[in-house]
Amino acid sequence: MIGIVSYGIYIPIYRLSREILNQVWGGIGKGEKAVANADEDSLTMGVEAARDCLKGIEKSSVDALYFASTTPPYKEKQSASIVAAALDLREDIITVDLTDSLRSATIAFKLALDAVKAGSVKKVLVIASDCRIPPPNSAFEPLFGDGAAAFLFGGDGVTAEIERSYYLTSEFIDIWRLEYDKTTRSWEDRFIREEGYIPHLQKAVSSLLKMHNLTSMDFARAAFYAPDGRAHREMARILGLDAKTQVQDPLFDKVGNTGTAFAPMILVGALEEAKPGDRILLANYGDGADAHILRITEGIKKLSRKSVKRNLESKLMLDNYGKYVKFRNLMEFETTPEYEQRTSLSQIWRDRRWVYRFHGHKCQKCGKIQFPMQKFCIYCQAEEAFLEEIPLSDRKGTLVTFSMDERAPVIDPPNVVAAVSLEGGGRFFSQMTDRDVNNIKVGMPMELSFRRIHDALGVHNYFWKCKPSRG
Amino acid sequence: MRESIKDKVAIVGAGCTKFGERWDAGIDDMIKEAATEACEDVGVEIKDIQAIWVGTFRGSQQSGGVAPTGLVVSSALQTQYIPVTRVENACGSGQEAMRGATYGIASKVYDLVMAIGVEKLKDTGFGGLGTMYPGRWEPVYGAFGTGPGRYAMAATAYFAKYGLPPEEGKRILAEISVKSHHYGVHNPKAHLRREITVEDVIKAPIIAWPLGLYDCCGVTDGAAACILCPAEEARKYRDDYVTIKGFGIATSPGWGKEREDYDFTWWDATEAAARQAYAEAGIKNPRKELDMVELHDCFSIAELIASESLFLCEHGKYKQEFTDKRAYYHEGEMPVNISGGLKSFGHPIGASGCREAYEVYKQIQGKAQEPSRQIKDVTLGLTHNQGGHPGRFICGALVLGTP
Repeated sequence: MIGIVSYGIYIPIYRLSREILNQVWGGIGKGEKAVANADEDSLTMGVEAARDCLKGIEKSSVDALYFASTTPPYKEKQSASIVAAALDLREDIITVDLTDSLRSATIAFKLALDAVKAGSVKKVLVIASDCRIPPPNSAFEPLFGDGAAAFLFGGDGVTAEIERSYYLTSEFIDIWRLEYDKTTRSWEDRFIREEGYIPHLQKAVSSLLKMHNLTSMDFARAAFYAPDGRAHREMARILGLDAKTQVQDPLFDKVGNTGTAFAPMILVGALEEAKPGDRILLANYGDGADAHILRITEGIKKLSRKSVKRNLESKLMLDNYGKYVKFRNLMEFETTPEYEQRTSLSQIWRDRRWVYRFHGHKCQKCGKIQFPMQKFCIYCQAEEAFLEEIPLSDRKGTLVTFSMDERAPVIDPPNVVAAVSLEGGGRFFSQMTDRDVNNIKVGMPMELSFRRIHDALGVHNYFWKCKPSRG
Repeated sequence: MRESIKDKVAIVGAGCTKFGERWDAGIDDMIKEAATEACEDVGVEIKDIQAIWVGTFRGSQQSGGVAPTGLVVSSALQTQYIPVTRVENACGSGQEAMRGATYGIASKVYDLVMAIGVEKLKDTGFGGLGTMYPGRWEPVYGAFGTGPGRYAMAATAYFAKYGLPPEEGKRILAEISVKSHHYGVHNPKAHLRREITVEDVIKAPIIAWPLGLYDCCGVTDGAAACILCPAEEARKYRDDYVTIKGFGIATSPGWGKEREDYDFTWWDATEAAARQAYAEAGIKNPRKELDMVELHDCFSIAELIASESLFLCEHGKYKQEFTDKRAYYHEGEMPVNISGGLKSFGHPIGASGCREAYEVYKQIQGKAQEPSRQIKDVTLGLTHNQGGHPGRFICGALVLGTP
């Protein structure tokens, strides 16, 4: 049996109320959408979803990583390799970026399943993540949200078997971005719905059901993509699904359309609520469509993840549009010489074991754990030879002290500077992200998060930060 | 240590520019201003100086990351081929220059040397010092920690450790700034010369919580210089010379913030430097024996913690021993920063170490420019200068006194 072994999700902590967009541009939007923090992008959100997926799983068992996104941070330079390092995966694995199509994630599913089937790998991690920028004052602006999902595929410990899939490709053009476009372009919405979305998705689903002799009544849940809520409701009706019992909430009013990650995130929601024996219908759209029959196994009981709920419940509301504009860099802002930033790729390369993998040292003479990695023990001055490299990124911590710097050159002041003591040893001096500045207290529980800390010289600098525990 | 520096080296002259936003003066103007005053104070000329140590962090900040050299002084003063050495220990650079000059004399190679500290901060186009890391010198590590951001962590930690609600903690810090501003008013060379109230401090805009605007020193231009000679020759120049009693400099191993046993409420390098200096000077009870202290108060919390780490009171007892007793005023039991301190006199980074020595030298001579802040009968004073930030300090402690 081959299928999904584990799954994870990440919804950024910030939400933008559509009321705010109504105030700025007019409109009658309701609910809210998830917005990546200023220090997040598709790569960092993908790391978070994968960390959720790999909870309790031996990282060294992952043989391949497929990263699906239409918004990888680099045009030339793989994201999956950086994600693999941040996840502290083995180096002798294959890493792939699947980009350009909103359907990249479910295309990656097939590649993962085939690779496992062929026996060349045992476990493949597929990550879907997107942080698409809608044009300001467009129909997309209230609609687009940010988020990520991750799935571990394999032949052992399967929780959701992929019984059958159907893939359909199409040259249909509905939404797109050119080389230098920051925001998504589109053709008329009715054309997209009537000639693109509905016929393609419907064909994929009906072909699949026919092949497998099933009807829509055979599914406990259906997790499927739609460009917007209206199209989603229409598709449910066309497929003959009961909106109340069978349709998995696409979270349009809480998260929004998360592009490549959208159908995968809806699927995680369905998996978290599934029971052994359930069948789940998954369908995705973009450059064609695909549809899948998933059968839940007894293994689902062991996972009992509640990540969607946890991610939805822990949130911070963006209090104004200006902050959103700053987060996505939608305007030209004042620069001063003070803000001049630099970086050094050679230095990051030398320090990659702690910059990306967050490895620290444990002194074999005095037993003390320290971060970053050292040349001598910072407690007993033992030589480097006595310092054993150990992973620390999964450790929780507590806040020792902090300050809130209003003047530091960060996108979202104040810069909260923090010292965190890690469970089981180690101290991390870092920036605090995803924080509510009115609710920071010495002693509060903390966790670590991989973030894009700043850009300089055309390089995205990634490193770890601390953040208040999301529960 | 082979032998103590005590009473081997004398300060026979000192000069200090007006501190402030010196739109009128470049780094060379300020070097000349301070050096000229120092030479006139001794009764010598620039050409009589045999060697110079200059402490500056970035000079005029205009060198694009290239550190200034001794040429910054030789060209300003037109010294002719004497050794001019630029030293740098961040905000402790001035005292490092004092140290070079002191040991230059003690080595018996020179008869008359100068230590000068200078910084021109206001030619950059922005207020503040900018951020150091990450990005400028380290690609990722450092959390964009600024001076205020890092010192403020110590305030948070101090409040938490001693159970002070933030409002109460901020009030203790505010009293310190009120005192600093009070003495700035009485010091014609000071940068900030305006009385403030505790309420002003509490209500001021936050710079790095819990520190507000008045908890932080300004961004100041300035220079200060001292002229040193062997103690046995000091009388050639003047009777009221001052000798060096003890000189400690301690550079921490630098990874304090990363150690689980460091709680940010004490300065390790400060304690080490103070121990060195007190041992040389033969000081057993600093609070009793010292008549005045000029310490490194770049932030109000820096004054509080330095006072404890220089052993002027027990850890955690600052409020009782200083605030409640008003001990730090010039007529108090332990006068601290009667110049106005870095807070009010100003903190041109490399200049401060030399400026503190200038202040103690003048106080010992009874020449605090205004009698309103002259401390009575000063025979022994301490200057304390430090660079870096909590957990990563370079610290100097210099004891000066009557021969």
